[in-house]
Amino acid sequence: MTEARANTIRINKPRQAIGEGPRTRFALIAIALVFLALMLIAPLVVVFFEAFSRGLGVYIDALAMPDTMSALQLTLLVAAIAVPANLVFGVAASWAIAKFDFKGKSFLLTLIDLPFAVSPVVSGLVFVLLFGANSVLGPWLADMGIQVLFAVPGIVIATIFITFPFVARELIPLMQQQGSSEEEAAVSLGAGGWRTFFLVTLPNVKWGLLYGVLLCNARAMGEFGAVSVVSGHIRGQTNTLPLHIEILYNDNKAAAAFAVASLLAMLALITLAVKTMLEARFAGSLAAQRRH
Amino acid sequence: MQVRAENISKRYAGMAALDDVSLTVGSGELVALLGPSGSGKTTLLRTIAGLELPDSGTVFYNDRDTSEMRIQDRGVGFVFQHYALFKHMKVMDNIAFGLRARKKNKPKEAEIRRRVMELLDLVQLSGLEGRFPSQLSGGQRQRVALARALAIEPSVLLLDEPFGALDARVRKDLRRWLRDIHERTGHTTLFVTHDQEEALELADRVVVMSKGRIEQSATPDEIYDTPATPFVFSFIGESSVIPVAVGNGRATLDERVIDLDVGTLPDGPAQLYLRPEDVAMVTDGGPGIPGLVVSTRRIGGMRRVTIECGLARHRIEFDAPAEIPIANSQRLQVRVIGGRVYGAGSEGYETEKLAASATSDFKWAKAEGWLDR
Repeated sequence: MTEARANTIRINKPRQAIGEGPRTRFALIAIALVFLALMLIAPLVVVFFEAFSRGLGVYIDALAMPDTMSALQLTLLVAAIAVPANLVFGVAASWAIAKFDFKGKSFLLTLIDLPFAVSPVVSGLVFVLLFGANSVLGPWLADMGIQVLFAVPGIVIATIFITFPFVARELIPLMQQQGSSEEEAAVSLGAGGWRTFFLVTLPNVKWGLLYGVLLCNARAMGEFGAVSVVSGHIRGQTNTLPLHIEILYNDNKAAAAFAVASLLAMLALITLAVKTMLEARFAGSLAAQRRH
Repeated sequence: MQVRAENISKRYAGMAALDDVSLTVGSGELVALLGPSGSGKTTLLRTIAGLELPDSGTVFYNDRDTSEMRIQDRGVGFVFQHYALFKHMKVMDNIAFGLRARKKNKPKEAEIRRRVMELLDLVQLSGLEGRFPSQLSGGQRQRVALARALAIEPSVLLLDEPFGALDARVRKDLRRWLRDIHERTGHTTLFVTHDQEEALELADRVVVMSKGRIEQSATPDEIYDTPATPFVFSFIGESSVIPVAVGNGRATLDERVIDLDVGTLPDGPAQLYLRPEDVAMVTDGGPGIPGLVVSTRRIGGMRRVTIECGLARHRIEFDAPAEIPIANSQRLQVRVIGGRVYGAGSEGYETEKLAASATSDFKWAKAEGWLDR
């Protein structure tokens, strides 16, 4: 009887050769969940809760303010320029680093990481020094009639600087891991450079590329520090959404600030949703590639 | 098409990967590049393909200098060790890739499909054109890779360890099958391998490489029977080595004269290389080298025996008939009936074939008496 029972238990619950006991597993899962709830979910809920705390009317008014609309437009414009620019740069840099050997390769790798290492405020100040009225480039640009600082070009440049590691960082390990034998096969079969890139290299890294672009986009829309230094905070002209939120908050318009913040959070959530959808849609081919 | 590499040198980080190597592969020939890892065989193959550029030297395709040719225009069918199939493309699209990439005389899509089906038939994978590479076994993937390379009607077929990543059984099958395909299509073919059995079984000619140089280039029979250098002797097949001294046209072991024909070998230290079949056990009470059995193991119908002989306890391996019982620590005598002596000459190695053959006119000096030790 006892023996039969033992057998049944063994059949129903096979012991794992590798793994933790049930208590340890429960503890680990609990820690992860509590941490996620406290650090990620709670703040997000608070944003939406505060946004609607004064009622729907205030919420809609805050979003409909001309300043908010112009901040939204500027944010989307900056992302629309910075993301494609970094897409091209990131792909080119990863291609160069992963597929070729050249002098100064590790130096280039370090340079790509620079924006992650430097505080965004410092990055912003660098551009103020570079393009400011007392700099070398400043007077020359002023003569040409181009205003960089406290205008859209400055914000775009600062955003590109801050977000340029995202795509490259995502692609370099992927491309290095894949090596270049597929490209070698393609050229030996007679394919030229572009054909090889679009038919062989790009399909192999498309998911990493998508992920890099989405991260890059999220950061481009959300960047505060560097943009804050170069924008000049001119309402309705050089305020991006994050800057606009800060101004509203400092003006004691907490509800309006949170309303705009919810808009920004929404953009991030949409980005994530798009990524998840694409992954689900192409799960089959993704799995097939990973198995290979 | 004939492929000719002339005086190719290539260095990586100060190390010579190829050191003034010249090689000609005749039209329709099937040649193996054989050597241990790091011998430069893959570098030579990739240089011939145009995937690497030599530091000096030239590769000719039918007397045409390839240094000005783009790799795309060379018409090289290259097969990679790890297949390098396009993972995201079906088998059909993988094989059609080269035909679709053509700028001039690009066939119509229907013609391309017909060609792919033909090739799939040739590599015995009909019906799998809709699969992804990940849905195929290793052997099937390598056959797809070969079909893809053959699709462009290559002027030369280059294979880099084509069966290296496959298990022994599949490897044997594919070997026979590749020989078959070569006979049917007649492409000039050069393949790299570290597996001597593969090279000797498959190739018309075997090129043995070591440390960036070609040691010997000859038919499989010649490679096995008359290895040009000690390296080739010890790399191909089983071998035992005994240091001997050459003086006055005679070889000595432990200062005892051995009746060895060493031909014109210069005086000085030399090495006697023996294959297991070059040594026979003395069963008729005649003269022989005495030795102590240190191990025996059964190999097929024979018994591989290792004995220690001479003062320095040199090890010799030989095959004895399985029906003769031989135990460890047993004393017995062996007779050398073949083998080669290599002396260290000023211009590399000189070799002389021993007075080999199965006759027993080959005698060890008995006078010194260490036979009775």
